[in-house]
Amino acid sequence: MSDAFGVAAQAVPRLALHGITKRYGKLVANDHIDLSVGAGEIHALLGENGAGKSTLMKIVYGVTSPDAGRIEWEGEAISIASPAQARKLGIGMVFQHFSLFETLTVAENIALGLDEREPAPQLAARIREVSVRYGLPIDPAQLLHGMSVGERQRVEIVRCLLQSPRLLIMDEPTSVLTPQAVRVLFETLRRLAGEGVSILYISHKLDEIRELCDTATILRGGKVTGNAVPRTESNASLAKLMVGGELGECRLTPRVPGEVRLALAGLFSEPEDPFGSPLHGIDLDVRGGEIVGIAGVSGNGQRELLAAISGEARTAAAGAVRLCGIAAGRLSARARRRLGLCFVPEERLGRGAVPAMTLADNSVLTGGDFGLVRHGIVQTRAAREFARATIRRFAVKCGGDAALAASLSGGNLQKFIVGREIRLQPKVMLVAQPTWGVDVGAALVIRQALIDLRDAGVAVLVLSEELDELFAISDRIAVIAGGRLTAALPSAAWSAERVGLAMTGVFEAAPASAGEAHAVA
Amino acid sequence: MPKLWRLERRNAPSGLMRIASAPLAAALMLLTGFAALSVLGKDPLAAFQVFFVEPFTSLYGIGELLLKATPLMLCALGLAVGYRANVWNIGAEGQLTIGAIAGAGVGLFGGAHLGSWALPAMLVAGILGGMAWAAIPALLRTRFNTSEIFVSLMLVYIAQLFLSYLVHGPWRDPAGQNFPQSPPLPDNALLPALIEGTRVNGGLYLALGLAALSWWFGAKTAAGFRLRVGGLAPAAAAYAGFSANATVWLALLIGGGAAGLAGILEVAGPIGLLQPVISPGYGFTAIIVAFVGRLHPAGIVFASLLMSALYLGGESAQIELQLPSSVSGVFQASLLFFMLAAELFIHFRVRGARP
Repeated sequence: MSDAFGVAAQAVPRLALHGITKRYGKLVANDHIDLSVGAGEIHALLGENGAGKSTLMKIVYGVTSPDAGRIEWEGEAISIASPAQARKLGIGMVFQHFSLFETLTVAENIALGLDEREPAPQLAARIREVSVRYGLPIDPAQLLHGMSVGERQRVEIVRCLLQSPRLLIMDEPTSVLTPQAVRVLFETLRRLAGEGVSILYISHKLDEIRELCDTATILRGGKVTGNAVPRTESNASLAKLMVGGELGECRLTPRVPGEVRLALAGLFSEPEDPFGSPLHGIDLDVRGGEIVGIAGVSGNGQRELLAAISGEARTAAAGAVRLCGIAAGRLSARARRRLGLCFVPEERLGRGAVPAMTLADNSVLTGGDFGLVRHGIVQTRAAREFARATIRRFAVKCGGDAALAASLSGGNLQKFIVGREIRLQPKVMLVAQPTWGVDVGAALVIRQALIDLRDAGVAVLVLSEELDELFAISDRIAVIAGGRLTAALPSAAWSAERVGLAMTGVFEAAPASAGEAHAVA
Repeated sequence: MPKLWRLERRNAPSGLMRIASAPLAAALMLLTGFAALSVLGKDPLAAFQVFFVEPFTSLYGIGELLLKATPLMLCALGLAVGYRANVWNIGAEGQLTIGAIAGAGVGLFGGAHLGSWALPAMLVAGILGGMAWAAIPALLRTRFNTSEIFVSLMLVYIAQLFLSYLVHGPWRDPAGQNFPQSPPLPDNALLPALIEGTRVNGGLYLALGLAALSWWFGAKTAAGFRLRVGGLAPAAAAYAGFSANATVWLALLIGGGAAGLAGILEVAGPIGLLQPVISPGYGFTAIIVAFVGRLHPAGIVFASLLMSALYLGGESAQIELQLPSSVSGVFQASLLFFMLAAELFIHFRVRGARP
């Protein structure tokens, strides 16, 4: 490893952590962590889920306190007792999940988050000034509910910037952005760094970190496994530090798809949620032996589309959804499962799995019609055997088949749910955000499992916000925006820019016709 | 202002608190009672003696304990099935009343012809009556999305007024000197006492049997599993394709049927005829029983005995100490109050403020 602290070494670092340790019961979330960020430095905190990034940032932001270790702020030893104190010191944080009220305006939302009161006209003026200065255009009078996720993130960032922070913590900020919005965000962050603001950038996306960050601290299992200058590293070398071993790669071998297994024809739906997106006549065919990916920023109709296919919502016309040739639009979710549909939803706890139930019971959740219930009686032994086999085959880290679903980490629970659905031998597999919040190792396992399904002749439909993922595993890609879907065209016909434009609703950016697309492919 | 303490979520639910919450709540209830009795100017220890010991020093007293525990147990077992599924039937009192009317109707008008089939027919009619009454909130909830809480509660008063109408009007005993009550049930329509010198009848066995059945239903059957999922994670139930309407229907029919059975057992047992009041609020107290028993059949068996003891203690305190009858209500309510408070500490703990 090269010397990571070329920039920061001379001056007193803005923030220095020494030997930070935090335990939760038996789990050591942070184990003697050292980290230092200089003025104007963009410092990446890189690690898989469960590596201890979030705990460390909670300590810096005063949400929780360390069991041992020292925090130095501009050379002075301090303890940070609360987020309010952290803000007073000049530490701002943009969380992955926003805390904004849909029914309030931008200015009202920001006023709620400020520690001191400020007259409304003055605040609005400051919001405008900051948003113009940093290239984050927002209107203080706009209501939140009409805003995209990217715009909402701007609100959160502006809220932090109003307090003139000297250290800004960004927690996985790009997970919900289009490629274009990511560009804009990076520009803003670089400008801030140029003015001397230090930035702690949490992520597991290696490309981004190599593009943006000056230095990086890599965590694994609660310990620092390395410091690096990301620009001089490769994805593989960073991943090795993060995962602790070599990463394989997914590979799609060309394959002629079979018959149409899932057909959507003129699918309309009104949203149940008043802020949801209605669907405007979705047409899509998914054949056996192919993976079709649907890209799009969340909130553009994905939820409604998934519910209409899974059967959690029924469509007006029975023929709008066809499973293996059978009109299924009026069938219940359970009846559609009996036709061979399996589904991995976006929310794992509370939807894909019952948090307070064991993994064995969670196998019965969807496995009941496939041998785990007989004559109305739950087959306890079969369910435990099913859960154990799933745990073994997908290397789910957990306390066995009697472990509660809530006790598993996000990635391991996702492996269990994907594994459970795969082991029910689907004919059509529907997957939402397969690797959202899942660490690199588990993501690879899950993607490979989907590819194996495709190779076994299953029709696979994947909805994801991660473009890299869709390009890696999809035979064809479609983009959803505002409840409309582009044609599903071969992945090679798309570029990241064209997908990004289509995600903002500019459908002319989609490759002009299937003919052209095939020619490119 | 600095906070001196705060609640913190435990990493895992506390097994100790899960077991200790009920005894802890009972101890706090006694402490509250001690304070309340002192304020009223009674010697608390003597009052406790009258309240908690004296009623159970005779065989008859033990019999009364079991007799009163039976309807509580039945109603609570049925309600708990629904509560585990997030279906909030709080109208067991009304379902009990209609069950009593339906069963008694069969006994009064068909008892003479049915011979030894009279009792089974009455019990079945009682169950069906309770189910029919519970079907109303089920229908309204599944068709029109009304709240089963309000509908089932309102139906309690309708049921009680209907009973009152019957015993004041069409079903009044012509030979009853104008008392608002029905003719007595014929002998073949009455439950015999199990033990000489007490009023305990076979209903106790039915209640204990139902406790075992309800454990089996919840732990082993697919229908019980679906109800549990519906209660723990409604979105997961929808994801798996379990019908939310079926959950509502099943939960309400089971609760109504069990309450109806409790009603006819009261009429065919200790009361022997229909009168304007056939239950001192068993259907409402059963809600407390269900929660004090932590919605588990075994817990409900114990909780119903405890609540029954509070009823009897209240009666003897009323007679011997001239305490108001509401004193047992105070004990019951404070028990539920402390029980719910203690449950918080299964998942949370109190921490001192950080330095």
